[in-house]
Amino acid sequence: MSSQIKKISETEVAIDAARNGSPLPYRQLNALIHEMHDEGFEVIHVKNVYGQRFICAGMEGNTTVNIYGTPGNDLGVFMEGPTINVYGSAEDQAGNTMNGGKIIIHGNAWDVTGLAARGGSIFVKGNGGYRIGIHMKEYKSKRPVIVYGGVAKEFFGEYMAGGLLMALGLEEDKGRWRDNTEHPVVGESLATGIHGGVIFIRGRVDVKSLGVGATISEITSKDKRILDTAIQEFCKHFGAPEHLIYQKQFTKIMAGSARPFAGFYSSNPI
Amino acid sequence: MHVRLKTAPRFKVRISREVCRHCERCTVNCTFGVLSHNGTEIVAEHDKCVACQRCAIMCPQQAISIIPGDIHYAPHSTFNERQRMIIYEQASSGGVLLSGMGTDLPYMSIFDDLLLDACQVTNPSIDPLREPVETLTYIGRKPKSLRVSQVNGSFIVEKETFPHVVLQTPITVGHMSLGSISYPAMTAILRACKEVGIMAGTGEGGLHPDFYQYGDHVNSEVASGRFGVEPKYLKNVAALEIKIGQGAKPGHGGHLPGEKVNKLIAETRMIPVGTDALSPYPHHDIYSIEDLQQLIGALKEASRYKVPVGVKIAAVHNSAPIASGIVRAGADFVTLDGFKGGTGASPRVIRDHAGIPIETAVASVDQRLREEGIRHQASIIAGGGIRYAADILKIIALGADAVMLGQAVLIAMGCRACQQCHRGLCPWGIATQEPNLVSRLDTDISTQRLVNLFKAWTEEIKEILGALGIDSIESLVGNRDRLRYIGPNPKIAEILDVKHVGE
Amino acid sequence: MYHQEIVKPPKGYDRRSFDACGISAFMNVDGKMESGEKIVKMITTMMDRENGLGAGFAIYGIFPDRKDYFCFQMLLDDEEAKRRVRDYLSRHTMIVDEEPIPTRETPAVRQPIPVLWRFFLSPLEEKKREQDAYDYMMRIVMYINAEIDGAFCMSSGKNMAVFKGNGWSGDVAHFYAIDEIQSYFFMAHSRFPTNTPGWWGGAHPFNLFDLSIIHNGEITSYGTNKRYVEMFGYRCTLMTDSEVVTYILDLLIRRQKLPLQVACMAAAPAYHKVIESHEGEKLSFWRLIRETYRPAMINGPFSICVGMNEPTPALLGLTDRKKLRPLIAATSRGGRSVFLSSEECAVRIIGEEVEQVWAPLAGNPVIVEKGSGIVSKGETPPLADHQVKMIPKAAPEDSALEHPVS
Repeated sequence: MSSQIKKISETEVAIDAARNGSPLPYRQLNALIHEMHDEGFEVIHVKNVYGQRFICAGMEGNTTVNIYGTPGNDLGVFMEGPTINVYGSAEDQAGNTMNGGKIIIHGNAWDVTGLAARGGSIFVKGNGGYRIGIHMKEYKSKRPVIVYGGVAKEFFGEYMAGGLLMALGLEEDKGRWRDNTEHPVVGESLATGIHGGVIFIRGRVDVKSLGVGATISEITSKDKRILDTAIQEFCKHFGAPEHLIYQKQFTKIMAGSARPFAGFYSSNPI
Repeated sequence: MHVRLKTAPRFKVRISREVCRHCERCTVNCTFGVLSHNGTEIVAEHDKCVACQRCAIMCPQQAISIIPGDIHYAPHSTFNERQRMIIYEQASSGGVLLSGMGTDLPYMSIFDDLLLDACQVTNPSIDPLREPVETLTYIGRKPKSLRVSQVNGSFIVEKETFPHVVLQTPITVGHMSLGSISYPAMTAILRACKEVGIMAGTGEGGLHPDFYQYGDHVNSEVASGRFGVEPKYLKNVAALEIKIGQGAKPGHGGHLPGEKVNKLIAETRMIPVGTDALSPYPHHDIYSIEDLQQLIGALKEASRYKVPVGVKIAAVHNSAPIASGIVRAGADFVTLDGFKGGTGASPRVIRDHAGIPIETAVASVDQRLREEGIRHQASIIAGGGIRYAADILKIIALGADAVMLGQAVLIAMGCRACQQCHRGLCPWGIATQEPNLVSRLDTDISTQRLVNLFKAWTEEIKEILGALGIDSIESLVGNRDRLRYIGPNPKIAEILDVKHVGE
Repeated sequence: MYHQEIVKPPKGYDRRSFDACGISAFMNVDGKMESGEKIVKMITTMMDRENGLGAGFAIYGIFPDRKDYFCFQMLLDDEEAKRRVRDYLSRHTMIVDEEPIPTRETPAVRQPIPVLWRFFLSPLEEKKREQDAYDYMMRIVMYINAEIDGAFCMSSGKNMAVFKGNGWSGDVAHFYAIDEIQSYFFMAHSRFPTNTPGWWGGAHPFNLFDLSIIHNGEITSYGTNKRYVEMFGYRCTLMTDSEVVTYILDLLIRRQKLPLQVACMAAAPAYHKVIESHEGEKLSFWRLIRETYRPAMINGPFSICVGMNEPTPALLGLTDRKKLRPLIAATSRGGRSVFLSSEECAVRIIGEEVEQVWAPLAGNPVIVEKGSGIVSKGETPPLADHQVKMIPKAAPEDSALEHPVS
């Protein structure tokens, strides 16, 4: 196994995720990554990644892991602390039940990104699929943030209970950024079941697209600060031009009530 | 417009005026707003009474009787009393009726139709007071065989490392979350499990930091809401269990009504105070069996393969193939929750009418796993209305490795099964978050009560094992030959693969 | 015409048979051949342990000229059953030889008497690889016993055979002319079943290939054990405890290749209390055994003798861990003859100079091997005389999600 590892310095190491052209099984690759993390390396590069799942599952601490290739499902699942940079696209469930840390994806990230996230942040340069950010939660300082540069599909922010979720509707081609005019920024049933947290969609949102319990509301000055911070970080990671982003107004979506299903049930004894 | 129908109260609170001292302890103790003092005497709003017995037990004069309401209904078999009450309530509120605990409808109990064997003449019985009768049980995946070679005087053993949990007796406590039950109730359960050497589930409420010390006896639940799931929750515990369903409400997710989401609960679950904590019906990363394999894999990766990862399903029609799929997806144990299982809150319509009995579920799952040659890959934990030690022995003989208890544990702490758990008004301090009610439950006493229960049942298990001539519990697992069926339906005996009495 | 089942119960019969019995066995570890007279004397002495409803003998090393072939000694209801068996065998094996089993007219043996025939077989050419041969032949044995009406395979081992039937042990011995058979390794059993009628196939010894079991006692874990072995392809057709004990031992010893001591530790494990008093790798090993072989544990009173031919002829005696059934061991001729028996009288009656007599500890095996002699007296707990070394699993990395290979 040591043939896959190359030490670059006291704090930096590189792992080859393929051996003789064949991808390592995920159990072996992850065992290597955890081993390097436990040995105290601060920066771990992982090259030639082809679909291995569960990378950095449950990992704690503040290591930086740079992934070159296409990590598989459940990237950073249950993670708390590390920063993962993906130079490629991720698959489904990236940041699943994430507790803390950062995932920055220079590509797309498909369905159910950030499911039940409880902290940390996920920045995706490109597009997403269905049920992005479903059931995000927050408590006091633990507040997850998910920002998509491109477009996403239906059930964006379903069941949201806390945190910040954003979609910008942009696309980038050879360093040039512009609006994605082919697709709406997000699909139908937006924020259905929301009872906490806030969503910002760049551009106008049709009320008919809203899900159960979601309402459009005014952007306050506090909101503006939150928005600006997120946009700044997004641009820092991906080199997008801020002025282009601000060319359109944002729509704020939040819960109509903290208890959208009150009155649905009867608790009287019979 | 006043739409609510006024109906005959189910119970009546009768106070013996000669004996009553007007101490008003009853008015303080009642949490349902039934009793008050009007200046002259104690008066009762009978229609709010739920027969929780708190006032009657607490009255120093024993002056209170709780009797059935004395405004009778004209008898009608189709629209019996309950049927009529259901319609009155739904016409009044338009709501989906909620309730707590397990179904109270008079479904048959297959346990009651099964009889145990005993040894005589052809085989000696064993006296557990004087000879060892072992109840130790392993939960987790087992190797199919060991690879051992002998070199001179040494055995060389290839070590298979499958994580497992050791239970001193084949009992576990099921998942009742902090939120559905109170902090002292949860503490008592964990302390009792530590003392007896078994494990308890966390339910969907996460694991409060105060309980990390009991980690070796904790079975962390990963439910669809992912409440409380953080790395510590996954790493410092004895087992992980993915909740796909529960017996009281197959197909539905967890439900903690907003009344019970106070600051403590909001913090552990990370949702706003007062919100209903509704867990999504499916896990939104499990839409098919291969997705379950992925979640099991994610949990094993995150816990670095140190603990067994199991899956809990409600007992439903095709439990056997589902369980087979679950085991093939990598689960180390399968928990089956029968339709009589309890809950803190469930729509009545699901609680009372969906699911199948745990007896047939266990028998068919055990059978199916054996047919496929994979029974060793996962342990079976069974629950759903287990009432006493006889049920435990019978379900083990039908194929389970251990049981999980829920309602019995609450009753041991003083619960009266009045089925009002979902309202957060439990007068015994068990199923509530109200601070002044929670303080009514003494942690030390409750711990002792649970230890007493587990020990008494373990002794009864040993008594029966001894009578069966079996000195170690594993020789009863799936040993259907030691049971006989005395019920009215031979088809059930056939499904259980248990012979009829007389055969 | 009503067809009477002589050799085995009709298909679907599921009433369990309970036996009390007498068992006896001995081996001349230097290979000294002698007649079966001695074993007959040993078993008939313990007449009070039987009730005339079954007896049998397992004898090793009796076909030196055909020792590479599986010898299927058959009990058959009639000639029709023999034809069915021959048909089946000729399609799935190579029948190298066949002949009637020699018998003597013995009126006292319970009528009706089945047709007695034996086949010498080899697996078909393409199945010749060692591992496959036994598994292949096992399926054939299971099929004959479970599916072919009126046929039962008494024994299927190489260079050995089981002779059993319905009657007093003396009469069965006379019937099969045991006293005329020469060998160095004999086992005998006399039966007291509580379930009549006595099918000829239900007597002991029970046999699968070269593994023969004679068993005294009744196991309380039958249902659990039966379902366990069925997972591995065995089929319990005779509804007796001894059958399932045979299959458990075949599974542990022949298929899983556990050392004999370890197989006994799995079948009759020490109490947890005792296990926990060990340390280090011995403790880990004991716990691993207890955990892995839960459904293999044989519960209830038993004493068994097990005979084997591969890789070395061996005789093993084991009792349950509560010692609820008797078993004594003895030696003579300077340790070159070793005896096991339910009762000491069986050893004393043969008139030899008996040297040592002992009773092994509960749950600890006496193991005797041809050549080496007594490998274990069963007087010390297992692992007292052994070291344990745990090594990482050599096979390809076990993925927790790998699909099982049954």
